[in-house]
Amino acid sequence: MSGGAVSNDLLTTADGTPLKVSLQRALRRSRIRAFLLVAPLLVFIALFFVVPIIDMLYRSVENTIVEKVLPNTVVALESWSPSSDEMPPEVVFAALNKDVVKGFKDKTLGRLARRLNYDKPGMSSLFRKSGRRAKRMKDVDFQGQFLKVDKKWGDITTWALIKRESDPVTASYFLAAVDMRYNENGEMTSQPEERQIYVNLFIRTIAMSAGITLICVILGYPIAYLLSILPMRTSSLLMILVLLPFWTSLLVRTTSWIALLQTQGILNDLMVLVGILSDDGRVQLIHNKIGTFVAMTHILLPFMILPLYSVMKTIPPSYMRAARSMGASPALAFYRVYMPNTIPGVGAGGVLVFILAIGYYITPALVGGQSGTFISNFIADHVSTTLNWGLAAALGVLLLTLVLFMYSLYDKIVGINNMKLG
Amino acid sequence: MSLPPYASPLERTWYYSFRVICGAIFVFLIGPIFVILPLSFNAQPYFNFTPEMMSLDPVGYSLRWYKDFWTDESWGQAVRNSFFIAVFATMISTFLGTLAALGLSRPEMPYRSPLMALLISPMIVPLIISAAGMYFFYSRIGLASTHLGVILAHAALGTPFVVITVTATLVGFDNTLIRASQSLGATPTTTFFKVIVPLILPGVISGGLFAFITSFDEVVVVLFVGSVDQRTIPWAMFSGIREQISPTILAVATILVMISISLLATLELLRRRSERLRGLSPG
Repeated sequence: MSGGAVSNDLLTTADGTPLKVSLQRALRRSRIRAFLLVAPLLVFIALFFVVPIIDMLYRSVENTIVEKVLPNTVVALESWSPSSDEMPPEVVFAALNKDVVKGFKDKTLGRLARRLNYDKPGMSSLFRKSGRRAKRMKDVDFQGQFLKVDKKWGDITTWALIKRESDPVTASYFLAAVDMRYNENGEMTSQPEERQIYVNLFIRTIAMSAGITLICVILGYPIAYLLSILPMRTSSLLMILVLLPFWTSLLVRTTSWIALLQTQGILNDLMVLVGILSDDGRVQLIHNKIGTFVAMTHILLPFMILPLYSVMKTIPPSYMRAARSMGASPALAFYRVYMPNTIPGVGAGGVLVFILAIGYYITPALVGGQSGTFISNFIADHVSTTLNWGLAAALGVLLLTLVLFMYSLYDKIVGINNMKLG
Repeated sequence: MSLPPYASPLERTWYYSFRVICGAIFVFLIGPIFVILPLSFNAQPYFNFTPEMMSLDPVGYSLRWYKDFWTDESWGQAVRNSFFIAVFATMISTFLGTLAALGLSRPEMPYRSPLMALLISPMIVPLIISAAGMYFFYSRIGLASTHLGVILAHAALGTPFVVITVTATLVGFDNTLIRASQSLGATPTTTFFKVIVPLILPGVISGGLFAFITSFDEVVVVLFVGSVDQRTIPWAMFSGIREQISPTILAVATILVMISISLLATLELLRRRSERLRGLSPG
């Protein structure tokens, strides 16, 4: 305290700065130091994980293709409105000719044709046909020449579509993701019955995930209970039986289920051998919902058992003894005393299993067949096969919203900080 | 918990039937993994037990699928790719994850919860969404169809495991040890390597193992970000199951089960060591 003479009421450090300021400075320094340790990972995750996902999700509303391929047409259409019930003026057709010729040369027209075909079937062939013919058109009466190529150019709805989709942001992918679309007049309507698939698919994904979660609770509860009451030595040994599947490759486990469940597989063979089934009465257990249910329950069961076990381990056995000593039957004591105490574990495990189940791709793709596939399989299909990236992104946004909602629920129940593994 | 001698017949019945139920669930858990082991020695190209196998006739068994695996160059390439990608991805995620866990465990860390939620998100976001996002973005910056791209993607997926396990190790960490070491004249570097590292090492290793198995077992992201040159074992198995299903896959599966058993054993030893060091359990 040599230099820090108390000149007034303020406490100061050796160099004369008030203690409060100095402390704050030290705290700020250590905060920065702590943050700097996290920073590299934060940058890494942001760059290689978060940005790619946001970038992809943006495709669900992005709609610059019409603007890019038909720039002149879009400008010329600005003064025209589909509600006027009149055909666009000749300048628009002249602009269209210019754009189509260029688009055909640059090979961008095909992508535009595919894009517009999502909204209105027939657009693809219209643009391809026009692309081939536009170059040879004479510099007079473009409207007449386009109409000669295809009557659709004389249809106001074609132009209404181009006008609507010239907006750089669109909701049409999201509409498609919930089985709706814009009709000819630009109003939202539901898709025709036979094209409604996604709402049902979402319902199926959620229902099957919930079903799998329920089976996991039913199968996981007794195991976790047994592990928690057995002496340490025995329970450690049995725990290995839970952890081994957890550590075994997903594809190995899926392969085993294929070997077990297929029509010529082990389970069917066994049932024929025992005489439950006749040789030609073999049951289809795979490439349908049963396959997905069984294989995914097996894969996700450890995720249920581990959190349940860690909660049950903390319930003192004296609770049950107290209930019994006060005259409760074992069943009542279990129902009224033990079970309420395990609810946090059921919640934690249940939400975790549900989150993992709802986004599953590999197992449903291999054992799910037609009826056992999930929303993820359709997203994958749209990314790599049909190339409808906007729709894939829209479905992805909906799936991700659902998962993030469950994630925040998980955070409320267990707290992300308390997450443990193995 | 053994049955007390005064248990009523009802309790006795329940005691035994409960154990039978649990036994059945254990069979469900572990049976499918072991059923493929004998199948991989099948002499016939089938996925089920032939009559020769059932009667334990040596004719029914052979090592042909292991030989097939060993001599097929595309499997060899898949094995090399798997290890190459997993080792580098593990190194990146272990390094970055450990640093971040050290920061996150400091009491003065600002915005702890939201940061943790963000850093754990690669584990939560459905793989297909991550894979599709990485596919588009990595193609644009020239990382698609390269080993580096797959390594970075896998590293991102593996970091949450490292962050979680190392943070868990640090929960019981006694901060006075650092002050003690500093008061005895150790520099921050010496303190880090001589005091902190030995204590968190079990967490770091088990996090690293999680990261390794995540990458080693990952197939969705490789399918999207990689190309044939980045073909890994899970990729080969996935396409094998989809296209022509040959028992070579069973041989590979058996080898993978052996690998997971050894990883599990390593982890169990580490856990015991960590508990012993922290005085959580006797012996």
